[in-house]
Amino acid sequence: MARIVAGIACSHVPAIGVAMDRGQTGTPYWEPLFKGYQPARDWLKKLEPDVAIVVYNDHANAFSLELIPTFLIGVADRFPIADEGFGPRPVPVVEGHSQLAWHLAESLILDEFDMTIANEMPVDHGLTVPLSVTCGQPAAWPFKVIPICVNVVQYPPPTGARCYKLGQAIRRAVDAFPEDLRVVIYGTGGMSHQLQGERAGLINRQFDTAFLDNMTKDPVSLTRITHTEYMREAGSEGVEMVMWHVMRGALDADAAEVYRHYHVPASNTAAALMVLENRSGS
Amino acid sequence: MTEQNDYESIPGTYVYDARRGRIGYALNMFCMSLNKAENRARFKSDEAAYLDTFPLTAEQRRAVLERDWLGMLKVGGNIYYTIKIAFCDGLTFQDVAGMMSGVPKETYVQMMLAGGRSPEGNRFKDPVKAGE
Repeated sequence: MARIVAGIACSHVPAIGVAMDRGQTGTPYWEPLFKGYQPARDWLKKLEPDVAIVVYNDHANAFSLELIPTFLIGVADRFPIADEGFGPRPVPVVEGHSQLAWHLAESLILDEFDMTIANEMPVDHGLTVPLSVTCGQPAAWPFKVIPICVNVVQYPPPTGARCYKLGQAIRRAVDAFPEDLRVVIYGTGGMSHQLQGERAGLINRQFDTAFLDNMTKDPVSLTRITHTEYMREAGSEGVEMVMWHVMRGALDADAAEVYRHYHVPASNTAAALMVLENRSGS
Repeated sequence: MTEQNDYESIPGTYVYDARRGRIGYALNMFCMSLNKAENRARFKSDEAAYLDTFPLTAEQRRAVLERDWLGMLKVGGNIYYTIKIAFCDGLTFQDVAGMMSGVPKETYVQMMLAGGRSPEGNRFKDPVKAGE
């Protein structure tokens, strides 16, 4: 039987990927951020998951405003790396787990989550940066990946509560998959940041710290944060933290915090990495 | 439940909602086209001629040609799209964020290194509420 063993919350700031791709992780600017990633990399290597479900948003790369899926699942065997306007990142192609992905698609739709299904799509930094952050620079990614995209580019994104319920449905679907697989789930994006307008550069450490604390203390209370509250308190792009709730909803209610790293700034953003484990465990 | 459009009270913020979606589509799809290397080359070689192939308004066209990053947001630009013009120019997201907030590059860099822009006084357009 497949099991979700752990959850990872991870910012997906594109500049973090660029710093890795250009070998700048040891510079005074980047060193404090990357130093904090190592314990999570060690932990993940030891965990040896078979599959990662990565919840992220596309940034005008796989999809444009032509079609805007609110929730989408990628069911392909492989996902090429997107050209985001400056050439594709030099990272390994992402291998999918088509069988589990199709099972998830069918289960989720019958469980009343109306997923869009993608047979072909490139993946952008929203997905590849969290893989780089947690796996470093391997010749091939150490596990299969199932991309789940959430729209946060065209207002309104789905609510935090809806995202949490999607996570719960993902959990039910994984639990029902007969093959013996160890699955981790990533919720990506955030934390506080604003990339646009005169208010660009907003960071709210207090909001972020409370949010991180409540990922274990009271995750359901976090699902009641409105979009306007995210945008006012955590910056207009901070609203993408709704994607963390998909990850959190897929874990046990009493999942434990294993590791946390928080650093300001990564470009315009407060970058976080949090590792949660199910006590029902591995 | 978020009340519709209650985010309009946030200062210096251009939420890409239905209203902006209706006016910004062509502008953003022009930006999207820059994901292809051959289109980036065409745009760089003759910006005006390349823009002629998209149904932009005069103001959208001006904002692009003058790299008026804030102006683009005001006429329906979505930052995840307009940033592609900046990438084409060899600028970073931080460069553009600094320009939109109206301060010199170094001032913006220092603000971020010092922990970023504080939410204090930046939550509401209304100065009375902002002071709360």
